[in-house]
Amino acid sequence: MTTTTSTTTAAAGSAAEHAQRELLRLATAGSVDDGKSTLIGRLLYDTKSVLADQLSAVERATLARGAAAGEVDLALLTDGLRAEREQGITIDVAYRYFSTARRAFVLADTPGHVQYTRNMVTGASTAQLAIVLVDARKGVLEQTRRHATVAALLGVPHVLLAVNKMDLVDFDEATFRAIAQEFATYATGLGLPDVLAVPVSALAGDNVVDRSTRTPWYAGPTLLEHLEQVPTDDALADAPLRLPVQVVIRPRTAAYPDYRGYAGRIASGTVRVGDSLTVLPSGKTSVVAAIDTFDGPLEQASVGRSVTVRLADELDVSRGDVLVPTPTTDADAGTTVGQDLVGTVCWLSERRSVLGARLLVRLGTRTVRALLREVDARLDVDTQTVELLSGVDTLHAVDATDTSSDAAPSGLGLNAIGRVRVRLAEPVLLDDYAAHRGTGAFLLVDPADGTTLAAGMVGPTLLDRLAPEPDEDADADWLAGAGI
Amino acid sequence: MTPTPTLDPVEAPAAGSRLTQLDALESEAIHVMREVAGEFERPVLLFSGGKDSIVMLHLARKAFWPASVPFALLHVDTGHNFPEVLAYRDATVAEHHLRLVVAHVQDAIDDGRVAERPDGSRNALQTVPLLDAITANRFDAVFGGGRRDEEKARAKERVFSLRDEFGQWDPRRQRPELWDLYNGRHKPGEHVRVFPLSNWTELDVWRYIEREGIELPAIYYTHEREVFLRDGMWLAPGGWGGPRSDEVLETRTVRYRTVGDMSCTGAVESTAATVADVIAEVAASRLTERGATRADDRASEAAMEDRKREGYF
Repeated sequence: MTTTTSTTTAAAGSAAEHAQRELLRLATAGSVDDGKSTLIGRLLYDTKSVLADQLSAVERATLARGAAAGEVDLALLTDGLRAEREQGITIDVAYRYFSTARRAFVLADTPGHVQYTRNMVTGASTAQLAIVLVDARKGVLEQTRRHATVAALLGVPHVLLAVNKMDLVDFDEATFRAIAQEFATYATGLGLPDVLAVPVSALAGDNVVDRSTRTPWYAGPTLLEHLEQVPTDDALADAPLRLPVQVVIRPRTAAYPDYRGYAGRIASGTVRVGDSLTVLPSGKTSVVAAIDTFDGPLEQASVGRSVTVRLADELDVSRGDVLVPTPTTDADAGTTVGQDLVGTVCWLSERRSVLGARLLVRLGTRTVRALLREVDARLDVDTQTVELLSGVDTLHAVDATDTSSDAAPSGLGLNAIGRVRVRLAEPVLLDDYAAHRGTGAFLLVDPADGTTLAAGMVGPTLLDRLAPEPDEDADADWLAGAGI
Repeated sequence: MTPTPTLDPVEAPAAGSRLTQLDALESEAIHVMREVAGEFERPVLLFSGGKDSIVMLHLARKAFWPASVPFALLHVDTGHNFPEVLAYRDATVAEHHLRLVVAHVQDAIDDGRVAERPDGSRNALQTVPLLDAITANRFDAVFGGGRRDEEKARAKERVFSLRDEFGQWDPRRQRPELWDLYNGRHKPGEHVRVFPLSNWTELDVWRYIEREGIELPAIYYTHEREVFLRDGMWLAPGGWGGPRSDEVLETRTVRYRTVGDMSCTGAVESTAATVADVIAEVAASRLTERGATRADDRASEAAMEDRKREGYF
């Protein structure tokens, strides 16, 4: 059985420890029967995040399912969701909270469900780490590859492969090694930067929170130890500054008659007093006169912090603008301002994409009118293959009234992932998602009722990496044949 | 070559500038509030005088400083409030020059829009006056202090939660919420409930209250109070109808973990006199906040979900 090591919990730990505690956001890749609910239940239970009234409710539910008295089915801790699914209600993501003395965790629990891609994309969009579960008896399956693909697509910096149900393969090292190796090879192909495999039994608690004595051949951290240690800052701290302006603060009071501050949360990098900044898309420049907060001025502030910046010059800056470093030479500008957005989208709505549709694009704090010009590639998430649809503007080539999902479906339907080209009504900052997970993300919104149609990532993504080289001869023939 | 010792400490490395958990939660909540200010015409902040709404108001003051909070407060008054909490509410409104809108459950009872329940609890009756106040004032975004850790129906709530013209929460109609791109678009008549404290836990709220030195109504700390036992909870007597003739008043040393309608909010026995005492008590508690002190959530497994579907916050 497992041994209990020095597990620190929310109840333990000093006030000073809590004051320094960091936040890690993670997502579980959901699928049926891999033990995900049990694993989450185990994490909550072993970090003492389950309170007596919740536990007694689970004990009652366990009994009601015919178990012996005293047994607790940890999977039932997340059962509220399942009960709703049984009633036919689709709830895509639930959020759960647990903590140790070192870190607090926000876990996006994405149930394995028919809407899997949309669910996973939602959970993974904010995750710094994704837990991919496999059943040790079954090894890497199609759904495992799907989870890895979505994590790679969304740029999740860290992936933990939890090889679960090790108790059912007698904690066999060779089984674990083979699965870990197969997944690592696959993950490398996807460009996933950091992957760790951990042998666990969520049911018995091996290597989840407490170290197992039944895996003496495993020298790595337990699942929770890894969650406590994995770096949280990643690339966004070192990336160039991006400060999307949310609101302009203008008190117009006797105490602050001429105050004009630009409030926003730093999406990447650091801003310092004295820095020369450029306002995009206008391109006007000024110098940071002050970084204000309610608690007093700052000399500098970094990614994640909500601040208010004052500039030395009176500029026309408003919501939707982005403050970036002023380039010192043309070569290091590093910013692209344009009206043609090319990116990868995950379609979230049951309404299919229609070429030529008028949309709203939400990018950072800016919303602009837009036209869907092209859907030129589709990713089959199960096989990780990319289908090229057409290399040219198909605005009039596809029947826009075709909303059927089976017979030669056009465009993108629910859960589809594809590459789009969108023409924007005005120029905006277009950051590559790969380098700017904060400012490179966008939404496509239906202007009629506000429905979020798609989640998008600007610039080349995994999809471009997986896409076959276009057959240029065939393309040329087609162009010639069309008389273009 | 010998390295030259530096007299001054070098600038803090990147690791030192990382946000702590409370900083990250604060920054996220401020971001959410600024998004609402940027996207909506008439936001309002639900303010009950409870700790979550007090923390929300504190965050709102930070979000827009040195300008004042750009939205009004809305209090749904059940008529069964703790007098200490009403006094706190009015003092806060005066101190920060805020605009307060009060919707009275009693008014809705008097003109027949809602009916008093036999058990005297008016918590569930708040929904009608709340929705009426939203309609009458044309509020398009309504901040609530709900946290996802409170209850399993709330674990699935979005930060921006679209409500139809009846104020209903439809779990099937929720918009996926990605990155920090909150979509507040809505049709006329619809509104959006906004939960800036979604990712906070009860302990986070208390640790933040401690760190920020936020003042709370005195009933959150230990005091002697006349109470009586009903359904395993210590309720305070009052005009709402308690105690019944078979219920015995006694003086106990108590405090409140939540503040709500007196008819359904129980006191817990406690000697916690300071924020630090409360944190120690909450950290060691084996009961959830609502499991301990909210009668209405015990009504059924899906009590909260049912009320939310009706337009409750």
